[in-house]
Amino acid sequence: MHDAIHDAVSVSWAREKIFLGQSLGEYVRGLVTPWNAVAALILAAGLPVIAYRFAFGLGAATNLSQTNPWGIWIGIDVLSGVALAAGGYTLASTVYLFGLKQYYPVLRAAVLTGFLGYFFVVVGLLVDLGRPWRIPYPVIYSYGVTSVMFLVAWHVFLYLTVQFLEFCPAIFEWLGWRTVRAWAARLTIGATVFGVILSTLHQSALGALFLMAPGKVHPLWYSPFIPVYFFVSSVVAGLAMVIVESALSHRIFRDQLEPGRHADLDRITLGLGKAAAVVLFTYFFLKLIGLADGDHWALLTTPLGGWFLVELVGFVLVPCFLFAHGARERRVRAVRVAAALAVAGIVVNRVNVSLVALNWNVAERYLPSWMEVMTTVTIVTLGILTFRWIVNRMPVLRDHPAYPALH
Amino acid sequence: MDVNRRAFLKLAGGAGVASAAGAAAVVTRPRRASAAVRHGDDAVGMLVDTTRCVGCRACEAACSETHRLPAPAMLGQDTVFAKVRRTESTSYTVVNRFAAAAEGGAAGAPAAVRFVKTQCMHCVDPACASACLVKALEKTPEGPVVYHRDRCIGCRYCMVACPFGVPAFEYEKVLPYVTKCTFCVERQQQSQAPACATVCPSGALTFGTRKALLETAKTRIYRDAERYVHHVYGEREAGGTSWLYITDVPFEQVGFRTDVPMRPFPELTWTFLSAVPFVLMLWPPFLMGLYTFSRERREARPATEAERTRETTHA
Repeated sequence: MHDAIHDAVSVSWAREKIFLGQSLGEYVRGLVTPWNAVAALILAAGLPVIAYRFAFGLGAATNLSQTNPWGIWIGIDVLSGVALAAGGYTLASTVYLFGLKQYYPVLRAAVLTGFLGYFFVVVGLLVDLGRPWRIPYPVIYSYGVTSVMFLVAWHVFLYLTVQFLEFCPAIFEWLGWRTVRAWAARLTIGATVFGVILSTLHQSALGALFLMAPGKVHPLWYSPFIPVYFFVSSVVAGLAMVIVESALSHRIFRDQLEPGRHADLDRITLGLGKAAAVVLFTYFFLKLIGLADGDHWALLTTPLGGWFLVELVGFVLVPCFLFAHGARERRVRAVRVAAALAVAGIVVNRVNVSLVALNWNVAERYLPSWMEVMTTVTIVTLGILTFRWIVNRMPVLRDHPAYPALH
Repeated sequence: MDVNRRAFLKLAGGAGVASAAGAAAVVTRPRRASAAVRHGDDAVGMLVDTTRCVGCRACEAACSETHRLPAPAMLGQDTVFAKVRRTESTSYTVVNRFAAAAEGGAAGAPAAVRFVKTQCMHCVDPACASACLVKALEKTPEGPVVYHRDRCIGCRYCMVACPFGVPAFEYEKVLPYVTKCTFCVERQQQSQAPACATVCPSGALTFGTRKALLETAKTRIYRDAERYVHHVYGEREAGGTSWLYITDVPFEQVGFRTDVPMRPFPELTWTFLSAVPFVLMLWPPFLMGLYTFSRERREARPATEAERTRETTHA
């Protein structure tokens, strides 16, 4: 008798919280969609590949070598992943520290993107590390305090915690834990300030990693300013990702939005675009200063110099002007195209620094194996699926009825 | 803005605690690796005189035997020199053959054949040790750079950092480690010379203190000034290395990287790391100040009832 009541309660809890108010059968039938089929295919191919990597080692699964010890799992999953997850600290400081409350409607999604971004960076890192179970060693066992990587390890660990705390209010609203939620909300300002400090340091530290390889990184990308480049471009990455992610979310999760939110989003997009134009221009200017500082103008006529210009013009200056044009002429579409281009530009930059410019002067070059590509695609897919799972359940895009929000 | 004492203390306290943590980091910041490990006069080194090396690869064989590695491939076969090899996870040292124009030689003179042994240089202030986030690589005061496999997480940053391309990774293993020349640290602890130096039949390898070896190297150069290149590779490269090389052909023609900066590599990231405590100290008061101003500005205009409820739920 008692058990029966208990079962009924847990079934209805699962039905309400997990199955979106449907029965298990309805829920499963609802999952059969074309995009889910694509995702299922990717996972069906990708998860065995990841299992293969752990069963047979990095040599069997990757094209990494003694000369090229880092591949796309570092260049894309970690370096690009961390930069593109910068929306969390960028938007949190906009809303809470600068007090620009009109950006609140996209904040939670940005914090969630940031948290999941870091979470899947760690997943990518676990696949890449030779001895992944030792990942907590720099935090609990042996402290290599002279290492930039030590700083990165600590900060990613702390920032993952901070982002989780920042997202906690949404989780507690979903669970209906009022008191805990109130406590979590009180941490907001402290967590935001702490998050900005951590992000400043580890975003730039990821660039500083390459300071250690002066003879190996091509002079056009090797600069004493590289930590500054990584930090400033992470702000662009954060803003651009929020624009891209919110545009997609508003199309995909249309049913969750109250009428009027689209007009809000247009205003927000234009505002973010304006900010992105300013930061991107600063970044362009800093890159020019670096070029002048190193006196590398002559290298611009070499093939890699041409590629450097493609990055600097095509993925920095063009989106910069497109952002400015869109914000000025109030063309939301132009801002979104610029944001997509800027996001691509961040990946191009991180791949350039870590894979193209690194070991440019060595005969043996690296190209990823298909298993490395498949693993990266799988991890990105897992990230998107987790994002969707959470948005469908927790108050991320919509407000929880019990907690009227700012917008 | 109505700042009561409690709210003020809360704000100031938050910024203060964070800044104090930063300040503590400034005061107690770790000394640089080079400062911690002062390279004494009796630190060991090895002098490689490439003019004396005959390319027999006895050093490779002895190294593999000492470290229980598979015997070197194609031992005794000339074809092994067809392409330049590097250190691998199963070979801590390799000998390569180069054809180079002798220093004093006339143009068109037949190319001189030179053999060069490669292994860990055991830097005085190593890039790998400063790059390692778990101190798996460590410079000992005695000279050797040692690897503590029990700490290594396998991130391979040491391989990116090493300017000489020395550390190798056991890609072929499911549970891999980083591998490199140990300078036969165990043999040295038993007052034995490294295996390679012990078996070298031609006198190309001289084991001793780095200080004495530098004098030996320079004496050889001065005594035969016409023949030797007037440079001891490793005296200043990457801030100095325990292994030193002299040769009679240009270094770049026999496989040496001559673009290695003449300064200790830990300095390259030290500038960045020393800025960290300042960010930790200056960001909190700046950001808390920014927050206070923005809140003051918002509270300056009369709030509607709806806004007030929001404030309480979203503080």
